[in-house]
Amino acid sequence: MNTLRKRRVWLVVILSSASLIVTLLVIQALRHNLNLYYTPTELQTADISNTQKIRIGGLVEKGSLQRGSDLIIQFVVTDLTHQISVQYTGILPDLFKEGQGVVASGRLNGKALFVADEILAKHDENYQPPRILDHGS
Amino acid sequence: MVPEIGEFCLIVAFCLAVVQSTLPLAGLYRKKDHWIAMARPLALGQCFFITLSFVLLVICFLQNDFSVAYVARNSNSSLPIFYQVSAVWGGHEGSLLLWTLLFSGWVMMVTLCSRHLPMHFLARVLIILGWISCGFLLFLLATSSPFQRYLPDYPLDGRDLNPLLQDFGLIVHPPVLYMGYVGFAIPFAFALSVLWGNENDLPWAKWMRPWVLVAFGFLTVGIALGSWWAYYELGWGGWWFWDPVENASFMPWLVGIALIHSLMMSDKRQMFQGWSLLLAILTFALSLLGAFLVRSGILTSVHAFANDPTRGIFLLEFLGVVVGGSFGLYARRGKRFSMPLRLEWCSRETVILLSTVFLAVSTATVLLGTLFPLFYEVCTGQKLSVGFPYFNSVFIPLMLPVLLLIPIGPIITWGQNQGKELIQKVQWIGVLSVVLGAVIPWVFTRALSVSVALGVSLGIWIMLGTLKTAYQKSRQRGGVFKLSKGALGMIFAHLGMAVSIIGITIVSHYQIERDVVMKPGQSLEIAGEEIGFEKMQRTEGENYLGYQGHFGVSVAGKKIAELTPEKRVYVVQGQRLTETAIDPGFWRDIYISLGESLGEESWSVRLYYKPLVRWIWLGALMMAMGGLIAAWGRRTKGGN
Repeated sequence: MNTLRKRRVWLVVILSSASLIVTLLVIQALRHNLNLYYTPTELQTADISNTQKIRIGGLVEKGSLQRGSDLIIQFVVTDLTHQISVQYTGILPDLFKEGQGVVASGRLNGKALFVADEILAKHDENYQPPRILDHGS
Repeated sequence: MVPEIGEFCLIVAFCLAVVQSTLPLAGLYRKKDHWIAMARPLALGQCFFITLSFVLLVICFLQNDFSVAYVARNSNSSLPIFYQVSAVWGGHEGSLLLWTLLFSGWVMMVTLCSRHLPMHFLARVLIILGWISCGFLLFLLATSSPFQRYLPDYPLDGRDLNPLLQDFGLIVHPPVLYMGYVGFAIPFAFALSVLWGNENDLPWAKWMRPWVLVAFGFLTVGIALGSWWAYYELGWGGWWFWDPVENASFMPWLVGIALIHSLMMSDKRQMFQGWSLLLAILTFALSLLGAFLVRSGILTSVHAFANDPTRGIFLLEFLGVVVGGSFGLYARRGKRFSMPLRLEWCSRETVILLSTVFLAVSTATVLLGTLFPLFYEVCTGQKLSVGFPYFNSVFIPLMLPVLLLIPIGPIITWGQNQGKELIQKVQWIGVLSVVLGAVIPWVFTRALSVSVALGVSLGIWIMLGTLKTAYQKSRQRGGVFKLSKGALGMIFAHLGMAVSIIGITIVSHYQIERDVVMKPGQSLEIAGEEIGFEKMQRTEGENYLGYQGHFGVSVAGKKIAELTPEKRVYVVQGQRLTETAIDPGFWRDIYISLGESLGEESWSVRLYYKPLVRWIWLGALMMAMGGLIAAWGRRTKGGN
């Protein structure tokens, strides 16, 4: 083989192994870091293990917000057909309000309790979490 | 009357854009030079009318003309005057007008600064820019005119600007960021002009570089401003979220860096010209994709404005035409720029090629993570989000080789190098940076993890390598001040990268975040600094009411700062807002934001200790400076 040929072969080998590594990296990372989104109604039927990280969304039920000691907070998220209790420790975002939309990410603890490690409330006054509009009103 | 004139100006500008994109084109084919020569005055006229229409929109805001729907939605008579001006780009329509204005500004700069370019080449550039301008203006006029009236019964007062946007950072962030985004339209137009024409051996890479460097400088500052704003305004102390909109600005930035370096090779070595042209197209395509993602509201994020499907569809079609057209042209005409690979393995060419490829690949992974939720929802109907661990675990490993190569690029020479010699040149720097990267964090914290050592070592590696180059170059030239602007820019930018890397590593690993319940009179120690909650007061501003907490920061009993975080309620929209208080420092920030009142005078409080967090933005500023210095050097050289 002449040098040019040799070089081409090397180039192909390097490029293909590099792209293989990148692909593996991406697949591995995607597999562990996809957070599926559920509404309380979908949670009733979905089969989700307690270790899987997910996101849930809905409206914060009016009058459901309770404060415990040491910044522990519990409230109910509803999509107007089903509910789920959410527990969170920390400081709520400014836009969090009873009766407004909220998205929480975390893990289920049994069927009835969701332990959140992040609470997102949306900017827009008119914002509704995905798919609540189709269910309700 | 004012809004109608504004709208009319936009229509005139659109007509001029149509002529600019067709008349010189006809001139090129019919060989009529005076038709071709029309391109420049048409571009200037367009810029004039767009500027006029922007000024008229500002006047609408200053006059509190709430019969204009856009003004009514984004302003209020009690808004302080500088926010009334910045409210112009507080919503979708106005920010699009700003985008178009800045674009026409760039086009004007091209027409004014490019007299030395061959007439046909410049005419093609202006025709392409004219087409893009047509697209922007049509989008503005058809789907999002800011001048639409709310008649007959318009509101007496406006709905107010979103309180989060009532802030200095947000006055400057969008214009600077957009300058970067639309600036990449210029290299894009140059690249298409090169592909379109038949001329050989044009020094187009030399012509293109200053534009790329300036656009890169603006984009860098824009991204840094956005990150800084998120840090102090959102109240979470985060400076990067891998949010779709942040990614939208980050992707052209990454490819832009690749383009700068690839152009250097095309310019100095006549190599990889095809690759440079492709990168120029990609950079602008990603900028447009960013605009599409933000403006269509297709990805919900903190930045997305209210959605309107017609806008999304228009943008998608525009994106399709631009990307499809330019890639089509590249596929048909790009072949004559692809040359057989004549690379020496151990050479600056290889180093640059490798880093640009890595940059492109890591951009692709960011793109994948950003668009994946979209594909997934289209295919399965199930919603999901890609968490930021995805980006960290894919993007960071891919960037490591790039960082490793940064200081080698300037040290290694063009053409074949002896591997042994190269190792001799860098071995002491390598050893020193590994040792320092391990020792320095250990001295300060008595703890060490592999990732901290890796990050700090890489930062020091880049710093030492760049300083070595700087020292050698200035010895050759006989003084630091005799360095060429290009070399100076490179040194600045590479040092800036090192500073940012060290800042990111340290703040990610050693920050302390505490959410606590506090009462006035209580205090708390965080990283050797005592933070005392002194009192809580009511406060009032022009358009808000609120509470103001008083906190003292003291070290060894001596008070060094007084911080006053606030909790505000903006009267018009009834929106709550946390105004954080920060004691900034070169070595660390103390960051306090108020949570809620929990009754009996106690408040939930967020206390953060952020070591070296300012280095992130300091480094970004250095990179931007580097880009602008290098561009200045190019400009003065290109002129004669």
